[in-house]
Amino acid sequence: MLSRSRPGKGVLEQALLLLVVVVLLQGSVLPLGAVSSPDISHQDRKDEHAVAIHSHNITKKPFPVLSVDYQNIQTPFEIALWVLLASLMKLGFHLIPRLSSIVPESCLLIVVGLLVGGFIRLAGEQVPPVLDSRLFFLCLLPPIILDAGYFLPIRPFMENVGTILMFAVVGTLWNAFFIGGLLYAVCQIQPSELNQLELLHCLLFGSIISAVDPVAVLAVFEEIHINELLHILVFGESLLNDAVTVVLYHLFEEFSGAGEVTVLDGFLGIISFLVVALGGVLVGAIYGILAAFTSRFTSHTRVIEPLFVFLYSYMAYLSSEMFHLSGIMALISCGAVMRPYVEANISHKSHTTIKYFLKMWSSVSETLIFIFLGVATVDGPHAWNWTFVTVTVILCLVARVIGVVGLTFVINKFRIVKLTTKDQFIVAYGGLRGAIAFSLCFLLKKEHFPKRELFLTAIITVIFFTVFVQGMTIKPLVELLAVKKKQEAKRSINEEIHTQFLDHLLTGIEDICGHYGHHHWKDKLNRFNKKYVKKCLIAGERSKEPQLIAFYHKMEMKQAIELVESGGGSKLPSANPSTISMQNIQPKKSAAAKPAERALPQLSKGREEEIRKILRGNLQRTRQRLRSYNRHTLVADPYEDGLNNLLLKKQKVIELEKKIKQMNTYLTVPAAPPDSPTMCRARLASGRDTDFKPAQQQKEDIMCPDPQAYSVKSTSDDLPTIQVDLASPQSPDSVHLLDEFKKGEQKRQKEEEDQGLVMKAPTGVGDSDGSRDQQKLQRCLSDPGPKAEEEEEEDEPFLP
Amino acid sequence: MGALMSAADHPEHSDLTDRTGFSLEQIGVLRKRFKQLSHNEETLRREHFNEIPDLACNPIRAQIIEAFFDTRNFHQNGERTVQGTVQEISFKDFLVVMSHFRPPSLHMTEEQREHVRREKLRFLFNMHDTDNDGTITLEEYRHVVEELLSRSGALEKETAKCIADAAMLEVASISMGHMEPDEFYEGITFEHFFKLLKGFDIEAKMNIRFLNMATTLCK
Repeated sequence: MLSRSRPGKGVLEQALLLLVVVVLLQGSVLPLGAVSSPDISHQDRKDEHAVAIHSHNITKKPFPVLSVDYQNIQTPFEIALWVLLASLMKLGFHLIPRLSSIVPESCLLIVVGLLVGGFIRLAGEQVPPVLDSRLFFLCLLPPIILDAGYFLPIRPFMENVGTILMFAVVGTLWNAFFIGGLLYAVCQIQPSELNQLELLHCLLFGSIISAVDPVAVLAVFEEIHINELLHILVFGESLLNDAVTVVLYHLFEEFSGAGEVTVLDGFLGIISFLVVALGGVLVGAIYGILAAFTSRFTSHTRVIEPLFVFLYSYMAYLSSEMFHLSGIMALISCGAVMRPYVEANISHKSHTTIKYFLKMWSSVSETLIFIFLGVATVDGPHAWNWTFVTVTVILCLVARVIGVVGLTFVINKFRIVKLTTKDQFIVAYGGLRGAIAFSLCFLLKKEHFPKRELFLTAIITVIFFTVFVQGMTIKPLVELLAVKKKQEAKRSINEEIHTQFLDHLLTGIEDICGHYGHHHWKDKLNRFNKKYVKKCLIAGERSKEPQLIAFYHKMEMKQAIELVESGGGSKLPSANPSTISMQNIQPKKSAAAKPAERALPQLSKGREEEIRKILRGNLQRTRQRLRSYNRHTLVADPYEDGLNNLLLKKQKVIELEKKIKQMNTYLTVPAAPPDSPTMCRARLASGRDTDFKPAQQQKEDIMCPDPQAYSVKSTSDDLPTIQVDLASPQSPDSVHLLDEFKKGEQKRQKEEEDQGLVMKAPTGVGDSDGSRDQQKLQRCLSDPGPKAEEEEEEDEPFLP
Repeated sequence: MGALMSAADHPEHSDLTDRTGFSLEQIGVLRKRFKQLSHNEETLRREHFNEIPDLACNPIRAQIIEAFFDTRNFHQNGERTVQGTVQEISFKDFLVVMSHFRPPSLHMTEEQREHVRREKLRFLFNMHDTDNDGTITLEEYRHVVEELLSRSGALEKETAKCIADAAMLEVASISMGHMEPDEFYEGITFEHFFKLLKGFDIEAKMNIRFLNMATTLCK
């Protein structure tokens, strides 16, 4: 969720904003209160129209200059108003800094909902039935789940999938039967109208209320930043228990009509569960693969790429809901399946679009859900019964604790990394209930379930209790118990290397032991994926790209973007500033002590000529090879944005610096002037006659004060050694991004001016250099867009 | 599995239990596997490892096999009292190398956990540091990355080199913090390596389930 924390404003501004909000609330109350369904309004309009015609025939009224026709736009207006309210609320909370750190957002939103509902009630109007179950399940829930599924961290999820399934399936079943059964027992004991409550109804109620709610969990856990393991356990459980909930719900709903459950029904229930769960996953996977396949061909229509992702996911959800399969599991599996392939195919911009649209929608959805919960509380028909409600709340807690403790005992026998007591406590405490339970109950028909209001009241109480009490206290408890928090460190290239290394190592050890453990199967799956699946679903050359390289490129690009965003490097973009640059780690070929002395062997002239010829020949071949290993899908339009221009300029700078370094360590440069950076640059600049000739010519009068620099030009031919390296599209620019900007800004600015000319150069230079430069530059952007020309055309209308 | 152990093995095995921390059951299973790999000889050689078909498609196969023959891994604390590699290993050595992959027990003090982490990281470090000089130089690290990418088809070495360079730069940044432009970073020492992978949670990751080894599928 995008929660923006604004800097603290003055008290006056805060008050002003609150006033505005309150006024808006009041303003919104009246139209919201004037409920008339679209049909009625349409009918009204027809009547009016008929009346108007009639009256027109009779008398001619003066032409209405200004008229109000609310009914016409009522429904969209109301919807927009609600969404606006939700967004303003979200905005408002972060202006009050202390409040948002004590109370989780979900609580505040429910309170706002209560207030809004209260206002509407006070205004005398009827509270609209906002938390309509259809609206909830079809519009509000999918964005949240899709957001969760698409960005689900697959690795920790898969590593803990056994534990998660245990909690989700067995835990929920235990909760449902425990709560349902004990409630029934308690109701039988109580001499009141509760006696009429049937067992099946109790079990149904138990199954509705036992499921941990993903929306609530997300809302609360987002803010406490606990470690990945616990987060994925609770969150994964909340997602996967949907299947159990669906089955139990339908099972008991069906049978409460019939009145009894036989063993056969129980058996069918189990089969139904498998069908629902696996079916949901399968439907999601199919749509995911379709989406991945479609994205393979979108290189010419980049702008609608995000749409495919959303549409296919939503279709997956709807299709599985159609068959009463688990929609949530379908969404999760769709998002998880399509993500690696889609991300390899789509452009960077589409990726950003998808990310932000998902975050936006899920954020708004979540806000709306909580507000509606508040409103529905005010509205909903209530039937309060102290016994029932308090027993429910207590039983929920007790069941959860017993369930978690018991299951952990069993699970720890199979886990390598055991769950400690602290972990168990957090898992138990994090079992929040939310709007899904409410909506499921709302769906129940009054005729079949006479105690519906009672259920609703109890559910709302439990939701309030878990969200308010547990939601507010979990953060201080986490601090108190010193639970391990999420590591904020960025994923570094070293960790990635070692993750891969460890994977292979463990697979190898398993093979040596002759033991087909889960590393072995994971490795097999990866190989299958690489060999067959990736070829089908990923376009172009990227299908062969190994994961380490992909990660590296992503990291490069992230750093490049960070650099640009930080305003050109005056602030260090990385977390650990250091003055270490490439030359610190290069193998010491030249003695650092005596700069004048180059430790490289001096070759005879004839030999040099030979070498030059060979290298030139190889260079040609390298260039050709490069073009065939061309990353068409990664080529982006460098002329899209002014921003990109800036980035590219910097990239050029970096490349140049890098070349200097490379030259310092690799090259034999016969004439060896002292190694001042300026000299190096000048030397290099003048020496690069193949790539930077125009620049050099332009630079001649600007940058080469030392006539000695020109003498190097004659031996520039043996510089191709560098070019071989640098021609590689995967130049580690990010590496140099970090260190280059730690050198004085002065140098950089000077270079920038100089290099500013170079930017225009590629268009004028010969084809090979131009394309290679473009490739280099565009590669730096790592944007898998289409060729420059094409993207230019289609992006123009969308440029601001 | 108890039937596998003959009376003569018992004292040896109980000694091994103390040394490596494996249970008697696990030792029995591993012994069976050892016999199978070595074709009932007393020692294992490299060619025995090469015969394992599943291992053939592993990109870092050579390094894994070398690790078994590296004497640095034969001591519990990775001390390099005896350097170099041997040509064949006994069951005891096999077991000691395997013990690096044992999962940590549930209740461990922070010290013990640290010790376990050190051991495991030491094993990894030894795998990277092929010339036994106590540091991982840029060349060695490049070799590591190249090996990792070796199965990925046609790939220029430049990419591997760039990645290794970037990684090395990162290590240097984390460990040294500040260096003059003409200073030179020799290589990754074990302490730097340890610092680098501190957050990596290696004691949780570098484990094999030796529990249900009864599922050994004999090839």
